Amino acid sequence: MPDHAENHFGDRAFKWLTLLMALSIFVLIALIGYELAVGSKLSLQKFGWHFLVSSNWDPVNDEFGALPFIFGTLVSSAIALVIAVPISIATAVYLTELAPQWLRQPLIMFIELLAAVPSVILGLWGIFVMVPFLRDHFFPLLQKYLGFLPIFKGPIYGVSMMAGGIIVAIMIIPIITSVSREILRSVPGLQREAAYALGATRWEVTRIAVLSYAKKGLFGAVILGLGRALGETMAVTMVIGNSPQIVKSLFAPGYTLASVIANEFSEATGDTYLSALFEIGLVLLGVTIIVNAAAQLLLKTFAGPGVKPQH
Amino acid sequence: MTAPNHNWRQFKSVLMQVSTFVCAILVVTPLVLVFYHLIKLGFSSINLAFFTQLPKAVGESGGGMGNAIAGTFILLGQAAVIGVPVGVLGGVFLSEYGTSKLNWWIRFAADILNGVPSITWGIVVYALMVVPMHGFSALAGGVVLGLMMIPLVMRTTEEVLQLVPGGYREAALALGISQWKTIVQIVLRTAMKGIVTGVLLALARVAGETAPLLFTAFGNRYWAHKLTEPIAALPLQIFNYAISPYDDWHRQAWAGALVLLLLVLFINIGVRFFTRDRFGRRTK
Repeated sequence: MPDHAENHFGDRAFKWLTLLMALSIFVLIALIGYELAVGSKLSLQKFGWHFLVSSNWDPVNDEFGALPFIFGTLVSSAIALVIAVPISIATAVYLTELAPQWLRQPLIMFIELLAAVPSVILGLWGIFVMVPFLRDHFFPLLQKYLGFLPIFKGPIYGVSMMAGGIIVAIMIIPIITSVSREILRSVPGLQREAAYALGATRWEVTRIAVLSYAKKGLFGAVILGLGRALGETMAVTMVIGNSPQIVKSLFAPGYTLASVIANEFSEATGDTYLSALFEIGLVLLGVTIIVNAAAQLLLKTFAGPGVKPQH
Repeated sequence: MTAPNHNWRQFKSVLMQVSTFVCAILVVTPLVLVFYHLIKLGFSSINLAFFTQLPKAVGESGGGMGNAIAGTFILLGQAAVIGVPVGVLGGVFLSEYGTSKLNWWIRFAADILNGVPSITWGIVVYALMVVPMHGFSALAGGVVLGLMMIPLVMRTTEEVLQLVPGGYREAALALGISQWKTIVQIVLRTAMKGIVTGVLLALARVAGETAPLLFTAFGNRYWAHKLTEPIAALPLQIFNYAISPYDDWHRQAWAGALVLLLLVLFINIGVRFFTRDRFGRRTK
């Protein structure tokens, strides 16, 4: 009997302990939000909403506006999506529908390994290999044929918005690909068989039966990729040029929310400066939480409990 | 219908097969290129001194990243102390106790937490630990990596535990073993391999994190002797050397990156062979 009572206590204690640990997730989210809000109080009071629309970043005179960084983050993420989305979804289609069986596992493994490459290593490769290549070969080519577009005008430095976008694309391709692959795999086989029975070719089956069925889930995968792109820090910081300006040319250097924190936080002198950087962190947190929540909802409502979003 | 139409449709199908294949090749190209350049530019600088010595001052060649490599392992050790118990026990709750509604919210929150940019983690732990402790420290670096591990470990633990057949639990309970002992001694033990895999993958992921360490561990040119001192870490050192103007340091950065990438890939490939689990499925 004493043993029984003791077990009963043990059961309850263990259950509460695990509950507490599981709830730590909510505590952590609240903690992040709280600390960033407290840290940015000074800046919030001083600049208000103006912070988001002012492009004046002047530490010497204690004037801070986040617009160039918001612009840089949006532009580099947009470039990344334009490159990554078609490539990732095509790759996911190839892996689930079209590739020969023997090739699938090795390719999947390569893609998972690419996802594991630390950001700082891609950044290093970006500085010394990718940027010189883009500067000497790819950008001049783009300018020659598409130079009539304002986004491809202007002098070529190498480090640029475009280089930042490309490196982010490399980082989010594995994520979008593997989540899309899970989505496509969860499309019921009956869908395909029905289309085949109607005499559709392999590509027609993919387009009509698979892709249109999976549209919502694929959209979720893309939004998840966007969430990662917005917060990507090291690799972007190393190739984007870190210059707070708003210009049309994609060949010009830019700056992002994440990289201004990375570069200036430990050198920030003065409370307002530090507080402005905290507020940039707050903006970044807010945006990524909204984007990620949207992605998770899309993926969860598409897939039900069977498919898990990957990381 | 008519033959030409059919041929066109077949042609289109083959065309799409080829173009999606090209995309797949494009996706793996950067990995191959990164690896190629790391070996080409980094391999020659790797020797015993690289693993055992401190960095040399600018202009002196030689030296190593011994302190950064040791620092990375010290940070990972601290991270595991925080991330593993919280993550595993939280995963136990999700798999063994939680109601489906509560679980939905916890999973949702964990996935959102996974998406929080690592740089914001850095400034949060800066405010939380570096400011009150009046200085950058190894401790703060370990904490930030540990906190980042929690949602990762929690999600994989939950998944692995759900692969344990319900019959195991019922058999144990039927023998009169209390639930918590059933979980600890039967369920967790059965799933041990998968949990270890999840933990290793989470460690591999945070091992390469640079952004959250910038304002917590901060980096150190010498050996750190106390956890309250700033400490060097491999990714930090790579970053600092990469953006420096010195050729010697660039070479060291390539060598450091090669070591870091091998460490991360070794864990990732290692667990792949290690985890064909007893249920015939691969646990992720």
